[in-house]
Amino acid sequence: MDYTINKANLEVFSETLQFLAEQDKDIYVITSDSRGSGKLVSYGQRFPEQIVEVGIAEQNLVGVATGIASMGKKAFAVSPACFLTARALEQIKNDVCYSDNPVKLIGISAGVSYGALGSTHHSLHDYAVLRAINNITIVAPADNYETEQAIRQAATMTSPVYIRFGKKNMPDSLSGASGNGKHDFKVGRGRIIQEGTDLTFIATGEAVLPCVQAAEVLANEHGINCTIVSMHTIKPLDNTLIMEIAANGKPIITVEEHSIYGGLGEAIGSLLLQNGFRNPFKIVGLPDDHTVSGSQVEIFEHYGISKKGLSDTVLTWIKK
Amino acid sequence: MEIKVLEEKSKLYRRNILKYIYHAKAGHTGGSLSVIDILNVLYNRIMHVSPENFDSNLRDRYIQSKGHCVEALYVILADKGFFAEEDLLTLCKYNSPYIGHPTKKIRGIEQNTGGLGHGLSICCGNALVAKKDKSGVRVFTVLGDGEMAEGSNWEAFMFAAHYKLDNLCAILDYNKLQITAPNAEVMGLEPLNKKLEAFGWAVRQVDGNNIEALTQTLESLPFEQSKPSFVIAHTTKGKGISYMENVLKWHHGVPNAEQYEMALAELN
Repeated sequence: MDYTINKANLEVFSETLQFLAEQDKDIYVITSDSRGSGKLVSYGQRFPEQIVEVGIAEQNLVGVATGIASMGKKAFAVSPACFLTARALEQIKNDVCYSDNPVKLIGISAGVSYGALGSTHHSLHDYAVLRAINNITIVAPADNYETEQAIRQAATMTSPVYIRFGKKNMPDSLSGASGNGKHDFKVGRGRIIQEGTDLTFIATGEAVLPCVQAAEVLANEHGINCTIVSMHTIKPLDNTLIMEIAANGKPIITVEEHSIYGGLGEAIGSLLLQNGFRNPFKIVGLPDDHTVSGSQVEIFEHYGISKKGLSDTVLTWIKK
Repeated sequence: MEIKVLEEKSKLYRRNILKYIYHAKAGHTGGSLSVIDILNVLYNRIMHVSPENFDSNLRDRYIQSKGHCVEALYVILADKGFFAEEDLLTLCKYNSPYIGHPTKKIRGIEQNTGGLGHGLSICCGNALVAKKDKSGVRVFTVLGDGEMAEGSNWEAFMFAAHYKLDNLCAILDYNKLQITAPNAEVMGLEPLNKKLEAFGWAVRQVDGNNIEALTQTLESLPFEQSKPSFVIAHTTKGKGISYMENVLKWHHGVPNAEQYEMALAELN
């Protein structure tokens, strides 16, 4: 597959916001001492009237962002995903979702991006808790292209949205140039990265890349041709696409940088079961355990979210 | 509206609070009776909010942080003409939009509240934008004394002072009783004025059930330039009904038929 490891989605997020803010004085960024970790220093220098610092106070971050959004501004509340979706969960539930204020919640350094800083800094619960709250769209872009599109589309959304990404360099675009319909990014629609006949990976966020790498091994060394879907929008789920894919009866494996409980995998499993599909089905994510220590890459490898881990999992599973 | 007229309004509002809580067999009676004079002065004397300007961005904003005393807010919004008062006969009934906490489904209500410690942060966002846009919009909230223990309020106190939000006014309905016991037993707040002054707010204390005193205080906003204003409004829980005043069970107690008649007699 043709792609280049380019820059962190975090940087794309900041560049896209600056592009938008140049033309739209209603763009507001609200940070909780997170403009450095959010790569927003240059945004703050260029648009000092469009950035609001709340200090390390995530509950107030989301409350203030709500108040800014309800005055008609496009409020992007930016904070590490771990704090944003746990410390401020009641503000997300009540002030943003229940009160229907179109705040754009940006969870930076999501999943296990903070690696060896440990579980206080990991967000492996965010899909699960937000999926159970009415009136929020959940997005995890896989590459730079999806990140830019997600931010642009979020700016125009009139309902709450949560977007999370990491800080590791990611591919420019995993399916080559955009423009071909099914490879385009649209919130709520799965993006087909490649099509195959034997098995489907449905993954989200930064777990898509290892699927692409594993699929190469499976194709080149074992003749197993995989479909890969970047299911960047975890909610609302693209039920139509998933059921179209499942119709061939082939195995489906879901991969996510999230607890195996309550995330993308369980959402897809529930959809399939309730609609009569009995495809072989496997969920890969972080187990319900104290997370091993190490870098994001090491944690991914430890739990098999890697080129080798995923290809081995598929081979062992298919042979059974 | 003149003071005398406002005082008559408060009697009407108290009757209506009791009427609809009695009918619904549910509601936060004691707190609604303690806060009603504050809301009366805000809506009839201080704020520029009416059914006519509610769609204008230039309206003043009111967010009720102590959402559970929604009955007081409902009767005022009905009196202001936001909706027909008889709609309140559906209070807390199946599928009614008039639930036991404020929601935006009801015209006149800015935000859904009910979880405590949420209103002030949202007001901070409103007030910041109003200042940046130089719109002249003022922002008001009423806090309960019990919810002063929520940490999020203190995050917002810091924020409002840091950004010099002198278009923001928070009023504490300080009736000194919360659901379990007096605040002083559950989690003491004092010395509250010193705490808030130390957090950078301009603080005034007032008899929160005295229309004239409330009017004088709220008409002198902002208390200081470049500071958010805090009103410690000393109130009586269950105010106006002798057998309810300062009695814990009336936090969300509902009068029976006999008690209801006694209450109306006291108000007439």
